[in-house]
Amino acid sequence: MSVYTQGVIALMGVNILMALSVYAIVMADQVSLGNAGFMAIGAYTSAYLSVKLGMPIFPALLIGALAASFIGLLIGIPLLRLEGLYFVMGTFGFGEVVRTFFMIFEPTGGAYGFRGPVGATMPMIYGWVLVLIILFWLLSRSRLGRSLDALRDDAEVASSIGLNVTLLKLGVFWLGSFTAGIAGGLYAHYMFYIESGNFHILVSAMAILCVILGGMYTFWGALLGGVIFSILPEVLRFMGGWRLSVYGSVLVLMMIFRPSGIISRHMVRNAGEWVGGIFRKASS
Amino acid sequence: MLEIAHISKHFGGLKALEEITFHVKEKQIYGLIGPNGAGKTTLFNLITGFLPATVGSIQFLGNELTGLKAHKIAKLGIARTFQNIRLFGTMTVKENILVAQNIRARSGVTSLVQLFSAKERGFEEEADDLLRRMGLWEKRKEQSLSLAYGEQRRLEIARALALEPRLLLLDEPAAGMNEAETEDLLDRISEIRNTGKTVFLIEHDMNVVMGICDYISVLNFGELIAQGTPDEIQASEAVIEAYLGREEE
Ligand SMILES: Nc1ncnc2c1ncn2[C@@H]1O[C@H](COP(=O)(O)OP(=O)(O)OP(=O)(O)O)[C@@H](O)[C@H]1O
Ligand SMILES: [Mg+2]
Repeated sequence: MSVYTQGVIALMGVNILMALSVYAIVMADQVSLGNAGFMAIGAYTSAYLSVKLGMPIFPALLIGALAASFIGLLIGIPLLRLEGLYFVMGTFGFGEVVRTFFMIFEPTGGAYGFRGPVGATMPMIYGWVLVLIILFWLLSRSRLGRSLDALRDDAEVASSIGLNVTLLKLGVFWLGSFTAGIAGGLYAHYMFYIESGNFHILVSAMAILCVILGGMYTFWGALLGGVIFSILPEVLRFMGGWRLSVYGSVLVLMMIFRPSGIISRHMVRNAGEWVGGIFRKASS
Repeated sequence: MLEIAHISKHFGGLKALEEITFHVKEKQIYGLIGPNGAGKTTLFNLITGFLPATVGSIQFLGNELTGLKAHKIAKLGIARTFQNIRLFGTMTVKENILVAQNIRARSGVTSLVQLFSAKERGFEEEADDLLRRMGLWEKRKEQSLSLAYGEQRRLEIARALALEPRLLLLDEPAAGMNEAETEDLLDRISEIRNTGKTVFLIEHDMNVVMGICDYISVLNFGELIAQGTPDEIQASEAVIEAYLGREEE
């Protein structure tokens, strides 16, 4: 495998994590346009810890993600009072604040960026992807996951059956910002160099597009969206500047013909039964 | 068990409820009737924490409900249905029941790794029983919104029962049902009471509830105009006037 291909595949892992981080918050019926901000916090925190303090990569990543999710909780408390578009705008504002902060914050290089974090390998990235997929899978089958479905279907009714809607929203916001923090840490330690521009609003927007395209009602959708939006630019490379128009067109077509995304819950359920059937046959 | 005292609810200048006082006794079927716009649903919204009261107090088993969040009120043992059916649309029939058990089950982060415990199996069986009792078991795997109208109503009641509430609030449970369906539903409601629960139901057609209610209150334009047993209500001048007045509109 060429170094270039390796790079594409490694970054695909990061994109999948970012898509999952958006999906986490979508589970509570909210769209966050600020996840690149959490990614930046994870990236800069872990990079600083490993480069300046010589911390091994694993604890550095973890602390970076915990820092991101702690900030996530702090801003989540006021932000989650907002609904719909107001929430989107609030998270957008947050992302931009974080990006500009790292652009001027000298200890992590300011506008020059930050150099030096190393050690994230492709297996390590996909190890994290696997861990998070297992987590989302368990969640999707659990009572907690069903509470989130209820909240998403009708928050008022969810509260009438005793569910603490605020707590649920805060919980997934924590999970989303943690996941984005991990993605940021891995990105930094894979790229060796980060600058504030890496955490542009477009990164958040791309992650949202992954979820919309892949499917909004199952984490498999985020996974597929992450894969598609990582490979598509390579496949369409021959088109040069026209690439972005193709993206746009794909999205418009999607919204018209399949507004809930490629993978639906129904498909997941059927696939699950199919796989279950194969196992039963194999064991009998 | 439920004590409503001097409750008023104003929407701007509109007095949806004015100085309402009455109480619901344990193991009763209590009926709240009144013409369109009388304030019946508003009262349910106040009891369940969907709306704040303008003034007044609502106590349930000694707990003050005004000011509590909806989920806290549910945990105290009050479950409700909605006048315009509100099921969880992305879920199957059975999932609608299972999710309503969450306040009694382990449903926090630990539920991620606790899928096949004995307790979980107990909840599954309980959900199946409940579905059988409400005549929905055959449909358990169907999408909730694909059910027929009457079945959706029954599912909503089943979902409320899955909370194991002490008090069940039903907002026009028979609305839109034909006579046979209504009969069947009223039987089921009587059965629910016989399991030791208290039922507080809203109805706007007063003939529907006369047969099963132990006690009835009548609302009109936000005011309580009569209270009593079904016989007393049927004989009440004020009630007849309120209902006849409505016909003239
Ligand atoms: N959230 C609200 N904001 C403003 N006005 C409201 C609100 N909810 C109810 N109202 C008004 O309060 C009055 C009582 O409404 P409510 O829904 O309680 O009546 P109801 O007795 O349930 O009638 P129906 O038999 O039609 O269901 C109506 O005039 C209604 O328009
Ligand atoms: Mg009503």
